Amino acid sequence: MTSPDPPPTGRGERLALASAGIPFRLKVAAVWVVIFLFLGLFFFIAKFDNQWMIDNLEFIAQGLQFTLYIAIGGIALAIVLAGIGALGRISSNSIAYGVSGFYVSFFRGTPLIVQMFLIYLALPQVGGNLADRFASLPDGFRDALILDAAIAGTLALGLNYGAYMTEIFRAGIQSISSGQSEAAEALGMTYGQRMRRVILPQALRVIIPPTGNEFIAMLKDTALVSFLGVAIASAEIFRRSQLLGRADNRPLEALIVAAGIYWALTALFTVFQTRLEKMLSKGYVRGVTITTREQPVTPPHGGGGTV
Amino acid sequence: MTTGDVVVRVEGLHKYFGDLEVLRGIDMVLHAGEVVVILGRSGSGKSTLLRCVNFLDDPTQGTVEVSGLRLGGGHRTRRKREQIRQLRLHVGMVFQQFNLFPQMTALQNVMCGPLCRKGTDKATTRARGLALLDRVGLADKADQHPIRLSGGQQQRVAIARALAMEPDVMLFDEPTSALDPELTGEVLAVMKSLATDSHMPMMVVTHEMGFAREVADRMVFFHEGVILEQGPPAQMFGQTEHPETRRFLDAVL
Repeated sequence: MTSPDPPPTGRGERLALASAGIPFRLKVAAVWVVIFLFLGLFFFIAKFDNQWMIDNLEFIAQGLQFTLYIAIGGIALAIVLAGIGALGRISSNSIAYGVSGFYVSFFRGTPLIVQMFLIYLALPQVGGNLADRFASLPDGFRDALILDAAIAGTLALGLNYGAYMTEIFRAGIQSISSGQSEAAEALGMTYGQRMRRVILPQALRVIIPPTGNEFIAMLKDTALVSFLGVAIASAEIFRRSQLLGRADNRPLEALIVAAGIYWALTALFTVFQTRLEKMLSKGYVRGVTITTREQPVTPPHGGGGTV
Repeated sequence: MTTGDVVVRVEGLHKYFGDLEVLRGIDMVLHAGEVVVILGRSGSGKSTLLRCVNFLDDPTQGTVEVSGLRLGGGHRTRRKREQIRQLRLHVGMVFQQFNLFPQMTALQNVMCGPLCRKGTDKATTRARGLALLDRVGLADKADQHPIRLSGGQQQRVAIARALAMEPDVMLFDEPTSALDPELTGEVLAVMKSLATDSHMPMMVVTHEMGFAREVADRMVFFHEGVILEQGPPAQMFGQTEHPETRRFLDAVL
């Protein structure tokens, strides 16, 4: 210890010093409490029908299963499409590269809601016109393209997110150093063996965390399916809240319930997501430290690695 | 194979990267049991030659023959890819950065090459893998992942992995350049044993002059994409023909 600090002079400084003594997490918790108090005040002033919200929470929450069906179906489709799309994006085959490039460009370049309506409304028309023109088509063809709203929505979500995730998967695959692929090639592995045994297992560690993020984002985008119009019995959260709120003339209360359920749902999955990321990064961080210590980028002799 | 048989024959090899001609006409023959050490400055084309021998880089012009399989560069059709794969099965390669597969244990790394071939028996492969790890002095590390091994140990696993393919020739691309100085000895010892005990034909790009002097049958000096000079170590370390060779050796010795 050299010289002691001079005593605090201004009020601001005393406040700063006092604040520094309180743990950061405690202060953050206090901020949240204050925000919730303000919200409560807002609820009070706005005269929301709290009893209505409590009474109808269960019915709206029953939409959760349909929300989850759509989200899980959508993410499953997206993962498959992204896997195929990424292989296309790194392919030297012009057809594979071209098709995957078109896919990514179209589904990232148009609004999700437009894609949903296209799949829901345009496909039946295409099916009808084709069935009229070509009598040889099987009988069920016309009806096969008339999709249930939930299915059309799931398809659109899968296609749309698949396009974004194609880029995630491609980046994950390309993040694996070329040395890995070369070592596998030198062992006489075929392309499929290299991908399956060497590249993809490593790329998965990079791909899984952002895929979790996409799933959380998709949970919320399932609300768009409600625009396609689903019967209330099989409607997801947002559709239920809309229909019920309109019927009882409690639209804001219904919306607040829906928002609360989405929020709780994503908060829950965010916790899982954070844990997953920690688990995966543990090995990854250690890998990075070892790599920098024992595999210098510049060789000590300055000899070129490849030339 | 008796001594004197040709294992690798490189003829008229040219390699361009874009407009840059890295190899400008290389002719080279490696005989059974022969150890060739390739020297040269950074960018002289020595690594590129090794990479062309197992087609990690495609020759722009010229041919490479390994164990009787003769191939040139050019577009990789399905048939060509399969031919290249067949050729690679005869060539073991060891990289500067080891390139072990991090998600596999040492033993799995060694076994994965043979297991990718059709009709290999897992138990036999496992026994052979363990024997190879024992040979490089790492039998006790079989179940460790590469991340738990030192650089020298990783490179020895990489050598065992290449040997598991039962190659006819081993290529070493600066195998000790990424290692801390105190770890190079263990790798060089394994390579030396491979040469003197197993008479494995080897092409070694390295700056380890002690290894060259002791183990090499022939030293080849690369300069600007051509072989400027070659000969047995005694000759190369004694009286060189070209002043460029002399300058290089003086710099690295």
